[in-house]
Amino acid sequence: MSLLSYLVRRLALAIVVLIGLSILLFLIARVLPGDPARIALGPRAPEYAIENLRKQMNLDKPLYTQYYLWISNLLKGDLGLSLLSRRPVQEDIREYFPATFEEVLLAAIILSIAGIGLGVLAAKYTNTWLDGIVRIFAYLGIVTPAFIWAIILLLIFGYWVPIFPIQGRISPDILLPPRITGMLTLDSLLTGNWVAFWDALKHLILPSLALAMAPMAQAARIMRSSICSDLGADHVSAMTAYGVPQNRILTKYLSRLSLIPTISIMSLDIVALFASAFVVELVFNFPGLSRYGMHAILNKDLNAISGVLLIFGALFTLITIFIDLIVAYLDPRIRLQRRGM
Amino acid sequence: MKTLNLNATWNSIKRSIYKFSRNKISVVGFFMVLFIVIVAIFAPYLAPYPKHAGAFVDYDNASKPPSLAYPFGTDAIGRDILSRVMFAFRGALIMGLGVIAMIVPIGVLVGLIAGYYRGSWIDTVIMRITDIFITLPALLLALAVAALLRPTLFNSMMAVAFAWWPAYARIAYSMASSVQNEVFVRAAEISGASKTHIIFKEILPNCLVPIFTKMPLDIGWVILVGATLSFVGLGEQPPTPALGTMVSDGAKYLPHQWWVSVFPALAIVFIILAFNLLGDGIKDMLTTEEV
Repeated sequence: MSLLSYLVRRLALAIVVLIGLSILLFLIARVLPGDPARIALGPRAPEYAIENLRKQMNLDKPLYTQYYLWISNLLKGDLGLSLLSRRPVQEDIREYFPATFEEVLLAAIILSIAGIGLGVLAAKYTNTWLDGIVRIFAYLGIVTPAFIWAIILLLIFGYWVPIFPIQGRISPDILLPPRITGMLTLDSLLTGNWVAFWDALKHLILPSLALAMAPMAQAARIMRSSICSDLGADHVSAMTAYGVPQNRILTKYLSRLSLIPTISIMSLDIVALFASAFVVELVFNFPGLSRYGMHAILNKDLNAISGVLLIFGALFTLITIFIDLIVAYLDPRIRLQRRGM
Repeated sequence: MKTLNLNATWNSIKRSIYKFSRNKISVVGFFMVLFIVIVAIFAPYLAPYPKHAGAFVDYDNASKPPSLAYPFGTDAIGRDILSRVMFAFRGALIMGLGVIAMIVPIGVLVGLIAGYYRGSWIDTVIMRITDIFITLPALLLALAVAALLRPTLFNSMMAVAFAWWPAYARIAYSMASSVQNEVFVRAAEISGASKTHIIFKEILPNCLVPIFTKMPLDIGWVILVGATLSFVGLGEQPPTPALGTMVSDGAKYLPHQWWVSVFPALAIVFIILAFNLLGDGIKDMLTTEEV
């Protein structure tokens, strides 16, 4: 019950914040660039054409009327036309989102398994050479920007040891699976097309890995330090005294405790994955929503910029609430505290 | 009385320096940052080919791999990459220090006001606004703003600052709202102190440690976001060298002329690593001091 009322309160607050975000993005897209009609038509367009477009885009009306028109269209599911693709932005988003979603999903899987695994490993062999290597890797991993990871991985696994394709979602000679979810890996699995599945997966690995490296290093570091600080706790000494094997203490009892701080930063990590994808998809020429957003940004495609950022804002808010719920469920202290409230 | 106080301050500074210097990693970070600053300031004297930092062309030496004459190799039009990296340190440092210098006063002031008026409508409005800003990661907001301004180093700094100030507002808020009900604040209010006195002289000094802890680390992260902006062409424009631009230009010549983008990329990692190590050292120094 209390978890439910907590959820309702979080969702209500999220709606307020998202309305605020829509105002912020509207202001950025309408005030900063000067004249959106001029940008849409280019510097050489005649004055009367610009005047017409200004009327058509309602730019001659006051700002609050413009916002009202924009937001009421948005609530009807209409984000306006994209300058680049000349199609409604919502159609573009529907087309490109699944690619980014499967890429980020794979990145999240890599980051949780490898990050947590490396952290536990480093904690088990604290202050040995293995721990040292993991810690150096973690430090370098965290400070290396995603686009540099992308270049490094491209160079190593794309060119020097060419085991992975370096651009796109799927090889041109492969028959595309029918569009069910839009995620190529899932669609080809559903239709039993193993060749397409394998090819699509291979295309995903380098971009996902580039995205996952920095947050993976961060997760390993938090996991390690959290386990290490618990190793001296009384309940661990008690377990050792009762003769619980060291490995079991580590994997069963301590890892579960240390998962809580790791998972609670995970929501930030997953949001950051979508953001890093803006640059990483550019490097691998991966046709996802983040590359679409990046192209919109680089070409001043105002409707597409505000549409994509608003959709991402809504998605990030939901992810954060969802992960907070998981943490509240996992951590009895938070759960009980809330019940007491 | 005064001298005694000064002595105490001096002792605590000495203790902090001692604590800092015992942590070898943070000393390494300190010297890395010092190295970067010296290279950036004296780039015209230290760089082997200072002219190569501008619009310079030497087709005879274009795309040369690393050698003794050109330790990092040369780019597609024959400019020495080492010299360009050294000059690009300037832009990176200006980015990091400039953004922090812009946002810390603004963010902290906003956070202090919200924290002092905790529970009133001022608090609600300010903190909801910061909530809106942090819905999107700083990188995305900075990209969108930078794209709509003319691409210059200063505008990219403005874009990052626009996205980053709420971080400081939130820290100052959480500190200020925890002390605003303390006895010394009440005492100042009762004795008729002005609001500015209370906010700056009573509350602010209690908020400084977490702010100073965050600043050196954030310089590194701001440089990271700045490098990402210049990587997509939204930072300093050619011919002035910028590390991100050098990496993306070099990416066209992969894999054969790998040095064109790999060395600037390593330089970016080096800078961010330096500020991270230094920042972690300062964090340990200041937080243990509190206990």
